[in-house]
Amino acid sequence: MNAFFATVRRDLLLALRRKSEVLTAVFFFVIVTSLFPLGIGPEPVLLKKIAPGILWVAALLATLLGLPRLFAADHVDGTLEQMALSPSSLGLLVAGKILAHWLLCGLPLVLLAPVLGLQFDLDASALGVLTLALLLGTPLLSLIGAIGAALTLGVRGGGVLLALLVLPLYIPALIFGAGAVEAHIAGLGAGGHLSLLAAMLALAVFFAPWATTAALRIALE
Amino acid sequence: MRQSIIQWFRFGSPQAFYPLAGRLIPWFWAATAAFGLAGLWISFFVAPTDAQQGEGYRIIFVHVPASWMSMFIYLVMAFWAGLGLALNTRLSGMMAQSLAPTGALMAALSLWTGALWGKPMWGAWWVWDARLTSELILFFLYLGFMALQAAIDDPRRADKAGAILALVGVVNIPIIYFSVKWWNTLHQGSTINLTKAPSMAHTMLWGMLLMALCFWMYSIAVALTRVRAIILERERHTDWVKHAVA
Amino acid sequence: MQWHSAGEFFAMGGYAFYVWGSFGACALLMLAEPFLAGRRLSEVRQSLIRERLADELELQQKNS
Repeated sequence: MNAFFATVRRDLLLALRRKSEVLTAVFFFVIVTSLFPLGIGPEPVLLKKIAPGILWVAALLATLLGLPRLFAADHVDGTLEQMALSPSSLGLLVAGKILAHWLLCGLPLVLLAPVLGLQFDLDASALGVLTLALLLGTPLLSLIGAIGAALTLGVRGGGVLLALLVLPLYIPALIFGAGAVEAHIAGLGAGGHLSLLAAMLALAVFFAPWATTAALRIALE
Repeated sequence: MRQSIIQWFRFGSPQAFYPLAGRLIPWFWAATAAFGLAGLWISFFVAPTDAQQGEGYRIIFVHVPASWMSMFIYLVMAFWAGLGLALNTRLSGMMAQSLAPTGALMAALSLWTGALWGKPMWGAWWVWDARLTSELILFFLYLGFMALQAAIDDPRRADKAGAILALVGVVNIPIIYFSVKWWNTLHQGSTINLTKAPSMAHTMLWGMLLMALCFWMYSIAVALTRVRAIILERERHTDWVKHAVA
Repeated sequence: MQWHSAGEFFAMGGYAFYVWGSFGACALLMLAEPFLAGRRLSEVRQSLIRERLADELELQQKNS
């Protein structure tokens, strides 16, 4: 367990020394969310309707931006190999890195979303559901994304290839995450959607670190 | 009994499989032609005109087989990829690699024929029907698999990375299908269900089954051809390859 | 058999474009794919034969 927390701490420290990388993803989220009304038109009724979808897609893309960084720096300077050779289980260390990634890339999105949701005139309860949905969804995105990041480690065309691999796998999270807010707004209650999101998160917490570890070992061979 | 099982395992080596595949391919082409002719005969000359959809419904005789094959091939591909990962065999990875383009082709045909079926029936080239949308995502999964393998130079690493991706994909396909279906039914007001195919007359079912068998035999024939090419490409440094192409 | 003429058959009750567009696309791709796979196989074979000839030539030159 020590190794897990040590990894989290290490990644957080390293990222905070280069704050720009983390902030870029956050700014990207803000900018992309603002692009949609500019492209579609300022009509409030329409914007209110599409807000959950837009915020979720922007969150997906912002997470995607931060994924290559998950393993690349450590791979380049040989730390990843040391982690693979260490007595601690690689899966635990990988889980630590994923948690750090979420704290740096996912949590800011969760905290920002209600503010951005105001731009789209979502009411308080809808914003609450949105925040909860993103709270469940962004870790899921980090977990699934880690698999893609490990598979494309050091591979040509990395970033775009990563997006091609990972975006189809993000679709269920998008459907249930945005759907939760839409269902709430329609008066149908977000419980079902949020439960499914939570179930997917539980599944991913168990399987994603394992798949990521396998992919890393292949990349390190 | 034990002896014959061991004999079957012999074909797990590329060297033994190459000539076997060569001998099998003509038989699969023959089966493709046989099922194809029978299926097309039923599709056009036996199956009656549909009351609601006229002659346009006949597209199901290629749309449904293409869809079935696109899903089936993904499962088979994931199976071989997974086997290669578990047993560290080269041939399994080669088999998965050779199946991917055919599976992607089937997915593309399913989307194309689905659009051509949707336009006259429902007035739009594309409808966000649960099955078509899932099929589109499946197509992306195929493309991702092929892109990943193409981007990795070392064939063994490409095999293993592809295997993990295929296995993650296989686990996700039911989740994706279920979520898309949920999404589709929730937004049901404006969306149309392409799955409302005409109620199956016996002949229609037979037509679909025969065409599905035709597509299946075709897929095997093409995949075996492609795997022979892959075997030669990847094993070109070995002695047996040098002698095989006398 | 419900087609009373070849013309009727090709017209497909007005759905000609869609039906033949579908079957045609299938036929096209399912002919193109085996052709391309077969071509890949023969290209590999050709290049292996060329390699062997080049090796033999090298050997001859070394021995002579």
